Amino acid sequence: MNESSFSVVSAKKLGLTFQTSDGPVHALSNVDLDVKRGDFVSFIGPSGCGKTTFLRVIADLEKATAGEITVNGMTPEEARKSRSYGYVFQAPALYPWRTIEKNIALPLEIMGHSKMERASRVARTLDLVNLTGFSKKYPWQLSGGMQQRASIARALAFDADLLLMDEPFGALDEIVRDHLNEQLLKLWARTRKTICFVTHSIPEAVYLSTKIVVMSPRPGRVTDIIDSTLPKERPLEIRETPEFLAIAHRVREGLRAGHSYEE
Amino acid sequence: MQKESLVRHRILPVMAIVLIIVLAWYAGAYFMNAPFQRDLDRRANVTSTPVEFLQKTMAQPKPVVPAPHQVMQNLFENTVMRSLTSNRSLVYHGWVTLSSTMVGFAAGTLLGMLIAIGIVHVKTLDRSLMPWIIASQMVPILAVAPMVIVVLGAINITGLIPKAFISTYLSFFPVAVGMVKGLRSPELIQLDLMRTYNATAAQTFWKLRLPASIPYLFTSMKVAIAASLVGAIVGELPTGAVAGLGSKLLAGSYYSQTIDMWAALIAGSILAALLVALVGIIERIVEKSRGGRPA
Repeated sequence: MNESSFSVVSAKKLGLTFQTSDGPVHALSNVDLDVKRGDFVSFIGPSGCGKTTFLRVIADLEKATAGEITVNGMTPEEARKSRSYGYVFQAPALYPWRTIEKNIALPLEIMGHSKMERASRVARTLDLVNLTGFSKKYPWQLSGGMQQRASIARALAFDADLLLMDEPFGALDEIVRDHLNEQLLKLWARTRKTICFVTHSIPEAVYLSTKIVVMSPRPGRVTDIIDSTLPKERPLEIRETPEFLAIAHRVREGLRAGHSYEE
Repeated sequence: MQKESLVRHRILPVMAIVLIIVLAWYAGAYFMNAPFQRDLDRRANVTSTPVEFLQKTMAQPKPVVPAPHQVMQNLFENTVMRSLTSNRSLVYHGWVTLSSTMVGFAAGTLLGMLIAIGIVHVKTLDRSLMPWIIASQMVPILAVAPMVIVVLGAINITGLIPKAFISTYLSFFPVAVGMVKGLRSPELIQLDLMRTYNATAAQTFWKLRLPASIPYLFTSMKVAIAASLVGAIVGELPTGAVAGLGSKLLAGSYYSQTIDMWAALIAGSILAALLVALVGIIERIVEKSRGGRPA
């Protein structure tokens, strides 16, 4: 098996049904997907389409009720227990009583790294997200964008190959968001990680991804999988090119097809 | 600038309230003591001018309501003017009460924390313990205190421990309730984060739940330390204790030494205010060391 064809995430006929007092809710149904090593996969769709749920299934924060899924060739639970992924949430979720460096060291403490090892990893990941010099600050002293970068650094600190990001820039304004998207691409190129990225922004999905998974709600399902034809090197201006707009158009069509506004 | 705003925003409002209370107190003292004074004057066939009469209502040895200056004078004489070992020194009595307050508060805080940890981590305790904890505080402490003192006295435990026990009984409750809330205060994503690290329950406790609960702990400790003081004083009341602010209150009521009683009461309030302030100062130091955002 060569390097690039290895499936980091592989889902077959995956389904998840929540039992609620109003009856069953089909959060995911019949999801087939392969994420190859080194891919940057975006999940896009309206709220309720199951994109976050799918990410949480990969992370073993939810259990699938049908079908199969493997993460790094293991069950999600085994993958979580062997700390195969870093997870970035919608909010930074930094601990307010810890400095930025202590926040990034949190997973390292839990995983039992030595003090010296922790210090060198913290310094390295702070550099990756351009936060060197802010290590002794507390979260409230940083802007929202910087806090989210710190939370990305925390997910990177323990060198998991897979990065799961759940609308990490959703709460930030567009200018900060553009900047962070650019940085994220550079970081992805430098670290060669596999990234699964949930978003509801079409430009963000097209700009970042090698593969775009379009999803639709009720039941949550995959309606289209688009392999990006954009080059690996992507300046922000690429968003004005016909190629970019063509992919964005296809995403928009996919979203429209899967979504009936009458419901 | 800052000094000026401190005066304007903190000291002035407090002084205004104090002034209102003192004025109301003087008025109360006059109206409560006037009938007895009138009675005295009539029997002694004295006629006094209104000013003289007013002064007399403020100078009775055993007034119904002593005037503020009488209480303050008593307080001053029995703190600053007495040797610390004297039986009349309020500092001595305050110390006796304070020592059992502190023992009871420490034990109550510890007990409250342990109960909260149990409730948060063990589902059975969550369902079974909370109603009992709430029920425990429904029992009037004035009724329980003598029984505790008598029962413990029967097995030769007297002095500080029974009083501290009552303080513990009163102070564990706010700490337990506050800590349960505090230990449950981490948001879902903070807990999910721990799960993605495959953290153990112990790691989640020490690195997330406990630090997150610290602000709740201090808030409930402020309530608990005041409750501890009340507990210690109540513990001194029914036993004929020979020392402590409670015994001063009791002795005062036996001999109608109202001024003594009020002085002991004021001493108790000052002590309570100091204790709450002390917890507040420790809270600020701890918050600062945790990178707390300046208010």
